[in-house]
Amino acid sequence: MSEYRPPISDLMFSLEHVVGYPAVAALPGFEHADLETVRDILTESGEFMADAVAPTNRESDTVGAHRNDDGSVTTPPGFIAAYDAYVEAGWGAVPLPEEFGGGGFPRTIGLIIQEMMLSANMAFALCPLLTQGAIEALLNYGSDEQKKSYLPKMVTGEWAGTMNLTEPQAGTDVGALTTRAVKNDDGTYAITGQKIFITFGEHDLSEQIVHLVLARTPGAPEGTKGISCFIVPKFLVNEDGSLGERNAVECLSIEEKLGIHGSPTCVMNYDGATGYLIGEENKGMRIMFVMMNSARLSVGMQGVAVAERAYQQSLAYAQERRQGLAIGAAGKDSAIIEFPDVRRMLMTQKAYLEAARHLMLLNAANVDISTNHPDEATRTRADEIVGLLTPICKGFGTDLGNELTSIALQIHGGMGFIEETGVAQHYRDVRIAAIYEGTNGVQAADLVGRKLGVRRGSSFTEYIKEIGSLDKELAKAGKGFASIRTNLAASVDALGKTTNWMLRHGLQDPNSILAGSSPYLRMWGVTLGGWLLAKGALAAAGMGDAKLAEEKLVLARFYAEQLLPQGVALQGAATAGESDLFALDAAALA
Amino acid sequence: MIKIAVLVKEVPDTWSDRRIDPGTKRVDRDGDVVIDEINEKAVEAALQVKESGGGEVTAVTMGPKNALDAVRKALAMGADAGIHIIDEALGGSDALQTSAALAAALGSRGFDLVIAGNESTDGRTAAVPAMLAERLGLSQATFLRTLTVKDGTVTGERMTDDGHVEVRASLPALVSVTEQIAEARFPNFKGIMAAKKKPVETLGLAELGIAAGDAGGANSWSVVETVAAKPPREGGTIIKDDGTAGQKLADYLASAKLI
Repeated sequence: MSEYRPPISDLMFSLEHVVGYPAVAALPGFEHADLETVRDILTESGEFMADAVAPTNRESDTVGAHRNDDGSVTTPPGFIAAYDAYVEAGWGAVPLPEEFGGGGFPRTIGLIIQEMMLSANMAFALCPLLTQGAIEALLNYGSDEQKKSYLPKMVTGEWAGTMNLTEPQAGTDVGALTTRAVKNDDGTYAITGQKIFITFGEHDLSEQIVHLVLARTPGAPEGTKGISCFIVPKFLVNEDGSLGERNAVECLSIEEKLGIHGSPTCVMNYDGATGYLIGEENKGMRIMFVMMNSARLSVGMQGVAVAERAYQQSLAYAQERRQGLAIGAAGKDSAIIEFPDVRRMLMTQKAYLEAARHLMLLNAANVDISTNHPDEATRTRADEIVGLLTPICKGFGTDLGNELTSIALQIHGGMGFIEETGVAQHYRDVRIAAIYEGTNGVQAADLVGRKLGVRRGSSFTEYIKEIGSLDKELAKAGKGFASIRTNLAASVDALGKTTNWMLRHGLQDPNSILAGSSPYLRMWGVTLGGWLLAKGALAAAGMGDAKLAEEKLVLARFYAEQLLPQGVALQGAATAGESDLFALDAAALA
Repeated sequence: MIKIAVLVKEVPDTWSDRRIDPGTKRVDRDGDVVIDEINEKAVEAALQVKESGGGEVTAVTMGPKNALDAVRKALAMGADAGIHIIDEALGGSDALQTSAALAAALGSRGFDLVIAGNESTDGRTAAVPAMLAERLGLSQATFLRTLTVKDGTVTGERMTDDGHVEVRASLPALVSVTEQIAEARFPNFKGIMAAKKKPVETLGLAELGIAAGDAGGANSWSVVETVAAKPPREGGTIIKDDGTAGQKLADYLASAKLI
């Protein structure tokens, strides 16, 4: 029996009653992805993750991945067997196009499978996640021939994929990269340079690794306008699809990290390696942007997934651990779950987790609408909403990942600080999620810098209006919903005012909105969370299940009364401008 | 090609607090239910028989609407068809009634081999397989930890208190298997999608030819007189070492039949 339980009923509730999945399943192309089939798939994939993947989690942390002297990398015990079983079960293929052997399911369902795999073992899950990123780049920009020769085996997972962007001087500023790509006579390119922070750049899980590498051709324009994207396979692929000669790419070293020890983070060296251009020269950034929304949502889900695993562990501990006697209790001692402050921590975890999960799935449902809806205007609007929600999902989701795993550790008291307990691993593992795939600061900058200006702010203000329109239903819902209504209205009002402030100041003083961008992103996150929990509580009230209705109402009310008020409170920080941030001379900060 | 029937059942999830409703004196099935783990292993055993010599596997369940999930799981694992015995009038059936309903469902279908788990994790009577064999007039080999079918004969190792005995029966036969029989495979994505197209037959009292006056808890042959909550767990036995702890520990383990 595994220590991880997939939250299937929460997920199904969110799909059916909160994020509008039935409308997604009704879209052309998704007819086979009805709720009943989805429940079967989630139940079985969840059981797979719990039974085949979750047991590898501890050793993946304590043993970690190792680089051998010959440059090969050995993954932690159990990874190879779990990965083979994963490929055999076909879970990676579920949301990918049927044309290349996938299941043709919505992104929403793929994201849930990712959640459960990430909860089971985040380090392990990164290999399939990176493969998925590479697949999406090839799907969108690869030539027919490239798709035919790489995608089928990547879709099954027999071949893994990586993303090679970062270089020591080119992190957030990816335009500063210097890896060179020189065209050979046969139309291929010779790739030379070093990449760092390459997740699963080398490993023993698959026979082939397909690296997607950003590089610069001779004479290419400066910055991001001069970046091209190449396929660099670990083994060259023969005409008949079999693997040929080893390419000139190797792993020089792997990093010692705070967490995700099971995931080899590689320094990769390309020494005249054979590469194949994807799309056109100098168009590499476009390819990266396609993946970015998708990858950022997945990273946001990492925050939720690891926090869920940590929550389950801390809940179990709070029920077992006995210390002191709770007020009014009889006997020698009480389980610590009987103490109000421990309850507060558990409720905070549970409410945020449910809110954040709704948010991720709402984003994914909009991705599906943006790709499959027959009406162009609906697709365009869904795409705008994805643009708005993605930095919030990534930033807010991974901030919560840090906060909630920290709470889970706190519930364990002193034992939480002891590695043997295992809860510290979640806290360490999830820490990277707020950093990679664009730091959360970059997410906030994206929100106010690129997304806020869409249709002169109308994309944002229309969505705020939509959130606010739940007020009518809350007004009719009776006394139990009164405080939810008041608090949500206050938060929506503050969000609207702050958005107007951002729109007024953005053009003449971009630094002032960047200064408030992180609190602004948080306002969005907590408000969306309150809105979605309220939606869930309203839906549950009408389902004829008193127990469920009570559960959802209490959770929404706790959130509205005790967590949501920070939305209003953050308005000051979001609109303070940059003056005090820069009032002290940099030297005076010492 | 042999025709195999596997009995499967939904039981309360072993994660949740399993309880007996003091009013109805029946297992409370309101919480999460899952396919009984022993049944997954029985399905695995059936699939292995099918894969070794050809055959067709039908998963059979009896129970309310959600009992169908157990059949669907079996289909996703690779079973070919399902039978769902469902009728409100069957609620509260005891082992005798359950075996009668199963016998009515399986009777005329010409199954060569019926495979069941040795006992469920909820009712735990461990009686239905033997009763069903008796009703169908099949040879029976219960509590098997291995299973081989060859040339019209089923062989296996039958677990006993002291060890095991090799048993053999000619088909048609019924076997029940223990949890050592096999590790159940994970259903894969393709299997789940394929399962949707597999036939599942639904049978009620009328189709089974069972009279309403014989069906369900009100007409059952056995009656639950009383139920009592499990006594709270007592503290463990602590043996202090005064030089004889080894002996005491061995005695203790022997008295608990652990060694």
